[in-house]
Amino acid sequence: MSTVNRETPRPAAGRAGIKKELPDHFKDYRHVWVFIELERGQVHPVSFELLGEGRKLADKLEVQLAGVVLGPPGEAIGNAIAEAFAYGADLVYIVEAPLLADYRNEPFTKAMTDLVATHKPEILLLGATTLGRDLAGSVATTLQTGLTADCTELDVDTDGSLAATRPTFGGSLLCTIYTLNYRPQMATVRPRVMPMPQRADKPVGRVIQHKLSITEDEIVTKVLGFLSDSQSAKANLAYADVVVAGGLGLGAAENLQLVKNLARALGAEYGCSRPMVQKGWVAADRQIGQTGKTIRPKLYIAAGISGAIQHRVGVEGADLIVAINADPNAPIFDFAHLGIVTDAIRFLPALTEAFTRRLSPHNRDKLAS
Amino acid sequence: MHIVICIKQVPDSAQIRVHPVTNTIMRQGVPTIINPYDLFALEEALRLRDAYGGEVTVLTMGPPMAEDALRKALGYGADRAVLLTDRYFAGSDTLATSFALSQAIAKVGETFGAPDIVFTGKQTIDGDTAQVGPGIATRLDLLQLTYVAKIASIDLAAREIKVERRSEGGTQMLKSRLPCLITMLEGTNEIRRGSIEDALCAARSKVMKWSAADAGIEDLTRCGLRGSPTVVKRVFAPAARAEKAVQIDTAEKTLRDTADELIAAIFTRQPALEHELAFNSGA
Repeated sequence: MSTVNRETPRPAAGRAGIKKELPDHFKDYRHVWVFIELERGQVHPVSFELLGEGRKLADKLEVQLAGVVLGPPGEAIGNAIAEAFAYGADLVYIVEAPLLADYRNEPFTKAMTDLVATHKPEILLLGATTLGRDLAGSVATTLQTGLTADCTELDVDTDGSLAATRPTFGGSLLCTIYTLNYRPQMATVRPRVMPMPQRADKPVGRVIQHKLSITEDEIVTKVLGFLSDSQSAKANLAYADVVVAGGLGLGAAENLQLVKNLARALGAEYGCSRPMVQKGWVAADRQIGQTGKTIRPKLYIAAGISGAIQHRVGVEGADLIVAINADPNAPIFDFAHLGIVTDAIRFLPALTEAFTRRLSPHNRDKLAS
Repeated sequence: MHIVICIKQVPDSAQIRVHPVTNTIMRQGVPTIINPYDLFALEEALRLRDAYGGEVTVLTMGPPMAEDALRKALGYGADRAVLLTDRYFAGSDTLATSFALSQAIAKVGETFGAPDIVFTGKQTIDGDTAQVGPGIATRLDLLQLTYVAKIASIDLAAREIKVERRSEGGTQMLKSRLPCLITMLEGTNEIRRGSIEDALCAARSKVMKWSAADAGIEDLTRCGLRGSPTVVKRVFAPAARAEKAVQIDTAEKTLRDTADELIAAIFTRQPALEHELAFNSGA
């Protein structure tokens, strides 16, 4: 999508005049594809979220929904295929080759662009993960088509075009982007932006195999090793049920400990707003918001976070948002469900203590009975 | 070693305001900065030059005022700056942008020596797409190394580079070859303070201004609005939530009572949560 010179999103009138004239060679592009991100034996959950969205688009267009699985032979690829059907795919394309064991741009781009050129989808969706963004950028450039990053809403227009809505300028505005005259229409969506669809066991349907037309000798980049994140660093912030986060209202880096204490008492993950990362107080992988992680927890507690629009974009999917902020006019109170106007530094220890009391084994026994 | 680094001048997003009626960005008085993610790439480029010798060329595409960003980059110690500016570039999406930049990089290569490494930031703070780096790599057939956390080693004679790349759930150790395109991860280094000589040099040196023709671009249909497959159809403000937060009153209450009241309100709204927390939490 837009970057360099399109700094000012123009009012719709400026661009609506561009006519749709899909060239003839794109007219047989049909069906919706979702890239099933399989890495080190695991399917990234964003792929299932995308199958949920893809299903809606395919139904509106009255076309089929296909999953695309690229990976090495083995049990994992079989599981990925089964899961794609369980989450709504009508068919699955696979490219199975040992050299797809670890993600590398060259063979994955080759596999994906070959598949697209052969089977011609009208829409191709990928997760906006490190893998998905690396792949989507080179696939779209190779295919010379449009790619809209980090969409928050996908829909089909009356004329059958993909309408991809995404935040721009850090979430201050939303814009709806079309790829009118090129195919496939590509879009990425960040993890947790779309809800997880219902899973239903289904028999494995049609699986179409495609051969990989690149050999290890032709691939320059080699994987020397993989270092898994340590258990403590492996924050599953995006997928946590409860998240506690702190912002500049905490006043000092060491006060983040108050947030961590509450998170520990709740078995929650902790996070922070962007300024905390910019100040170097917290590691970037804990950042919540438009340029950090998107979360959809059942409970989100924001302490000392003012609620800038770019933060709001990342937390809106939470079931219940609780805001603690000393400033009664902080924008976070415009989108939180429950608010307390108070100093987070003083209130967090009291809240931690109160939760610990309420959730104590004594009370737990009462709940169980 | 010749390193090209692509930067972008962006409005400081912390200070952006949207006009409440027209839904347009109010730019007046909003300062512009070098895209913060690009500074990690710039610093890495300068460090490599300091270690291996050679030159760093900074490149940007943008309106004439983007010269400011290039001057700042010269002030940090870059050796040369090129501003790609032409009305034909207006309205470029990422595909058209990567086309123009890749043409300009090829021209820089012809003029000053082929680059060994092209750097970009991880993404920009205004577009947030992370697509231009991979776009340039694809067009110039450079090996694509995104989200690089560390350049472990470079062997110029063997044209070999080893990097640590951030991926989902861990770090990949990759061996690849020059020339390559690297998008640098944030937090990997800290931009230096430019020296006084660099500052003087930045003030004196000329920023080269290239039009599309100067960059050797012949096919103008691949630039700007015409060269952009994506079309922005509608721009609008996010819908405001109808109701504001329900406030828990804190007046004349102890912190403890306020906390208890908040917790009661939470569990009234999310009744299943209390059970889950009691059995899953560390409490």
